[in-house]
Amino acid sequence: MSDVAPIDRQQAAAPSAQRPARAGWSWNTRLIGVAFIGLLLVLWEIAAANAIFPPMSFPRVSAILVTWWQLVVSGELPGEVVSSLWRMFAGYFIGVALGVGLGLLIGYVRFFYNLLEPITEMLRPIPSPAYLPIVILFLGIDDEMKIFMIAFATLFPVLLNTYSGVRSVDPIQLQTARTFGVSGRRLLTQVVLPAASPYIFTGMRVSLAVALIVMVISEMVAASSGIGYFILSAQRGFKIRDMFAGVLTLALLGYVLNRLFLAIENRVLAWHYGYTQQRS
Amino acid sequence: MASMPAPGTAVLRVSNLHKRYAAAGGATVALNGVDLAIEAGSFVSIVGPSGCGKSTLLQIMAGLTTATSGDVLFGTTRVEDPPRDVVYVFQQYTRSLFPWKTVEGNVAFGLENKRTLSRDEIAARTREMIGLVKLTGFERHYPWQLSGGMQQRVAIARALACRPAVLLMDEPFSAVDALTRAGLQELLRSLWRELAFTVVFVTHDVDEGVYLSGRVVALTRAPGTVAIDIPIDLPSPRDQIATRALPAYLDYRARLLAQLFADEGLKSTEAA
Repeated sequence: MSDVAPIDRQQAAAPSAQRPARAGWSWNTRLIGVAFIGLLLVLWEIAAANAIFPPMSFPRVSAILVTWWQLVVSGELPGEVVSSLWRMFAGYFIGVALGVGLGLLIGYVRFFYNLLEPITEMLRPIPSPAYLPIVILFLGIDDEMKIFMIAFATLFPVLLNTYSGVRSVDPIQLQTARTFGVSGRRLLTQVVLPAASPYIFTGMRVSLAVALIVMVISEMVAASSGIGYFILSAQRGFKIRDMFAGVLTLALLGYVLNRLFLAIENRVLAWHYGYTQQRS
Repeated sequence: MASMPAPGTAVLRVSNLHKRYAAAGGATVALNGVDLAIEAGSFVSIVGPSGCGKSTLLQIMAGLTTATSGDVLFGTTRVEDPPRDVVYVFQQYTRSLFPWKTVEGNVAFGLENKRTLSRDEIAARTREMIGLVKLTGFERHYPWQLSGGMQQRVAIARALACRPAVLLMDEPFSAVDALTRAGLQELLRSLWRELAFTVVFVTHDVDEGVYLSGRVVALTRAPGTVAIDIPIDLPSPRDQIATRALPAYLDYRARLLAQLFADEGLKSTEAA
């Protein structure tokens, strides 16, 4: 199995044997967590009411929530969220598709490992904002640029985890396929991809957070719509409550996306959790 | 039954087989000139001490491992890749069954690769095989929801669904408890009598080999060669209690054990 050195085992973390989120895990501790957020918001409210920080840049929570609600009802925030999500998902799915494809190629064919491993290791550590100016030169400041940025950043975690997944398919499963004469495309779709899917999902979960970050950054640098643009232009126009409302929207967005992802993962990988529990 | 040679002719022929593994500080010789002919329709067990190369021999017969020299013929063709009509059953059923597929999906795995079968034929044969290994009602279960014995039955159904001419089994029952093992032995014997395939059965358990087979081949300690090769002439159908009490059974068992113990240099250390 280990005749090829892994590219990087740090990012390609082995999938957890435990279910990421178990229903009814314990609402008691979760309730404490929610209460803690409430407490912090109350402290914020008190601090703002007593003008501990300059009121100009530190509005009351209640005022932020009212502004947020007005922006939601007026359709302004939902509009920005829709343009952001479209870019994010377009980039994310392109990145995931390329990452899985290249990961399979590198994991399967030694030649492609030798060809692509060095360049992967060169490109992977570059923080996305660093190559943003170059991308603007070639793709301008429209959606193409943002989708490219998101896809490129999404690619690497998926690629590395797919590679690890392919390399760690149980040799007995591969031999079983051989004894039944299964090879080529059927081996890929019936054995290798399902066996690697826990790893692929780990990569996709990491990439989802990365996609959100790169989306906001690219919208802050150059855009005329989207939630990142909204936050920065609100700050520049001294609409501080709008700015906070935008950040709040991002927090909610990240939370909902992650919960959605875990729900899908729990469904698709139900076999994996059952299997690893039986073996442990 | 596809391309089944007439009974009495050799379906698998192993000639002068050698296998060396490169290891640190020199090579390890696993097999040192093994000759063996397996008759069509027979049930042959290969016994031997652990590490004698019996699993390696089976893997080479299956086309899953290559020999250093010598060859294996399946019918008249040289085995290099796994032949279509030879299926290998692994000892580690938990790793050999696909955990993302249901019982049904696992049993159909080999069938789905045959282009000559329609979807309905695959479904019908899958159902039939699940019935033969007495798992009807568990079609939609996942392997990891079943007991060890049931899982190995799924693996057997999956192997036999393709109607192979030869079933190669590598210590298939060594990971289950004694009672489950007896049940699996009965199931395998009855399937063999009913479906008339050839079985090569590797085990470290002499009792199991004698009870199940029509012939037992004992290998020597590594580097492995054939030590003795004895036909087992016991009445059929066999019975877990009556057969194991027959003088002939005890005699076969004693001869094989004596051979293995002599090879290992085992002596009684108990004072008289």
